[in-house]
Amino acid sequence: MSNLKLGRRSLIAAVAAFGLVGPVAADGDQVLDSIHFLIPGGAGGGWDGTARGTGEALTESGLVGTASYENMSGGGGGKAIGYLIENADSNHGTLMVNSTPIVIRSLTGVFPHNFRDLTLVSGTIGDYAAIVVGKDSPINSMADLIAAFEADPRATAIGGGSVPGGMDHLVAAMVMEAAGKDALAVKYIPYDAGGKAMAALLSGEIAALSTGFSEAVDLADAGEVKIIGVTSDARVDAAPDAMTMKEQGIDTTFVNWRGFFAAPGLPDDKLAVYQEAIAKMYDTPEWEAVRARNGWVNIHNSGDDFLNFLETQEKAIGDLMKKLGFL
Amino acid sequence: MLEGLLIGLTTAMSLQNLLMVIAGCLIGTFIGMLPGLGPMSIIAIMIPVAISMGDPSAALILLAGVYYGAIFGGSTSSILLNAPGVAGTVASSFDGYPMARQGQAGKALTIAAIASFAGGTIGALLLMIFAPALSSVALLFHSAEYFALMVVGLSAIAAFAGTGQVAKAMIMAILGLIMATVGEGALFNLPRFTMGIMDLQSGFGFITLAMAMFALPEALFLVLKPKDLQGDDGEIKDLRITGSEAKAIAPVIGRQSLQGFFIGVLPGAGATIASFLGYAVERNIAPKHEQDEFGKGSIKGLAAPETANNAACTGSFVPLLTLGIPGSGTTAILLGALIALNVTPGPRLMIDEPQIFWAVIMSMFIGNLVLLILNLPLIPYIARILAVPRNYLIPFILFFTLMGAYIGQNNATELLLLVGFGICATALKFEDYPLAPLLIGFILGGMMEDNFARSMQLYDGVAFIWERPMTLALLVIAAILVLLPSYRARRAKARAEGVAEGD
Repeated sequence: MSNLKLGRRSLIAAVAAFGLVGPVAADGDQVLDSIHFLIPGGAGGGWDGTARGTGEALTESGLVGTASYENMSGGGGGKAIGYLIENADSNHGTLMVNSTPIVIRSLTGVFPHNFRDLTLVSGTIGDYAAIVVGKDSPINSMADLIAAFEADPRATAIGGGSVPGGMDHLVAAMVMEAAGKDALAVKYIPYDAGGKAMAALLSGEIAALSTGFSEAVDLADAGEVKIIGVTSDARVDAAPDAMTMKEQGIDTTFVNWRGFFAAPGLPDDKLAVYQEAIAKMYDTPEWEAVRARNGWVNIHNSGDDFLNFLETQEKAIGDLMKKLGFL
Repeated sequence: MLEGLLIGLTTAMSLQNLLMVIAGCLIGTFIGMLPGLGPMSIIAIMIPVAISMGDPSAALILLAGVYYGAIFGGSTSSILLNAPGVAGTVASSFDGYPMARQGQAGKALTIAAIASFAGGTIGALLLMIFAPALSSVALLFHSAEYFALMVVGLSAIAAFAGTGQVAKAMIMAILGLIMATVGEGALFNLPRFTMGIMDLQSGFGFITLAMAMFALPEALFLVLKPKDLQGDDGEIKDLRITGSEAKAIAPVIGRQSLQGFFIGVLPGAGATIASFLGYAVERNIAPKHEQDEFGKGSIKGLAAPETANNAACTGSFVPLLTLGIPGSGTTAILLGALIALNVTPGPRLMIDEPQIFWAVIMSMFIGNLVLLILNLPLIPYIARILAVPRNYLIPFILFFTLMGAYIGQNNATELLLLVGFGICATALKFEDYPLAPLLIGFILGGMMEDNFARSMQLYDGVAFIWERPMTLALLVIAAILVLLPSYRARRAKARAEGVAEGD
């Protein structure tokens, strides 16, 4: 996709949404002239939506003058990371979007680099994970699921939209582990897309599905699934009836974060400007519109908090993967 | 239902929504005609526009129009240039391109337009009447059945295994299956056969491979064998379909509308599988003399996949609208757009927001009609693309081929792969190896492996083959489809010999 097309695309959206008020919005509080977003995957994916949504909110609220986007797919995101590290000096104006898989894939060695090789800017949004079952399933809680698993572990398959060892599998294993069960005995069935996993759940091929919380809420609202456990600390407003894992005595939490990284060796003053722009973005109505449209949850971790968060997650996931024999 | 129809009709017939259908169809057709640009990228481009309109009915009608238009336009590049931009129109090039080479481009486009219209309209009719009941059909298939369905699809390869070609077709199909294994595997979170090259981690891209197998060798062939240039002067010999031809394709269109629609309803199958299966089934049940025509410019061979892929596109709206499950990449993008517009597709959509549900169905009828009206008069002009002197046409094909491979991923490695594979494919073409089986193997291989692996895991072995009656039945059908032609041939031969002896 050429840059020309992208420019036109965001222009059309901007014009349509706000009339022609561009210059008015860009009043005195502009923090930054421009940001170039590097997206490690193709157009239309989750990373793409995050970068473009963030760019839209930043430019329309006037915090940033202009935003440009570059899709660089390859190696499941590894190519863009390598590019940013190799061309660090010429990429001080670039922010790369990434998410939980950077941690998982660095651990498995699929990526030769990890997040420490980059400059951490901010974690911006997140999505909890959830375990769901079909609406007609006899299973109504995690306790029921665990009972079914104990009765016949081979027939109680849990599906997910990621490869074995990927995020959905790890969440399912993490939950079973925290419930004191043998995570290795959990039969995990991978599907190549969320929709196909969902079809498998409703057709009875799998007993439960490990998926993202926002996706689960949409399906629960449509009356097709029951959410039997959420990996958040407390119940989430979007689905007040859905019990957390902790409430059910399973002491585990998980957040699939998305956030932004910059090239290694980025000067501190520049880093501070990026972090300021992102921090200010949360209070703008433009961000609220983008966030609500996509069903994202604000989970803001800047600088050292982001590092701590990633290191904690890396340790938790690493321990689990070792236990499961993926490492 | 009548009430719903009226709601839908009034919504769809509003001036704004009518304009949306027409605009969507036009945009879809013209962009879809460019080799390498499929419905997914066109819809992704159109989504911000649709969302900013705010009205969910209008947005969905626009996007649905773009979708049909793109599938419709996609068959044009398959037929005229042998450059399918979507997996769903690969099968259309098997017979459509040979027809165009024989100077029957106009007729091929007409058949494609009529078959698409019929497939789409019959599909919309089925969707209208049976949508609520069909949601359970969508959930009938488990991974085991999907695996068996892919095996049935692979029997399409038989069409390219002409006399003395069986081994060559098999080799190419196996090569395709092997190529499908490159990238991250279905069972392990590790790269396979990537030789440490990061760009291979997500496997080969479909468009890259389709362009390398079909469009590029075709263009190179024309350069390397310039004698063929005089072969066809782009003259459009016949445009009209004769009465006997219409009679021949009518039952094909009827059968494939139904078969294609039901395959489209299954969330794990979709338009591509529907088109291959349609091609395979029609070839294998056709009489012997017509069977030999397949792959060389058979009108049945063109009508079957064209009907099936359009019917399947309509069918894929069943799981999307009634269950909220996207069956394909394109419907997944549509689902995202719907959710962004605060519409949650699912069993309650028909009750809570009937005007959206019915307006979409009505817009399918209008869209199909618009496409037919739009395309039939344009066919003579579109077909004249082939009259462009080859020395201008070839650079044009090469440009769009390269652009198509690059644009989806923004990855320059795709270009190297395209050129590399394109050269290999040209060499194979010189040696008379059929290239279509490779692409069929590649497209079906990935899905076949994933579903096979899942079934193996669920049943702790291959027990699913005999424990699930539907799987067994589908595998038996596949075996029959492959064996039927040779059984018939043997019987015919035996009978001929018998007669000879009697003399």
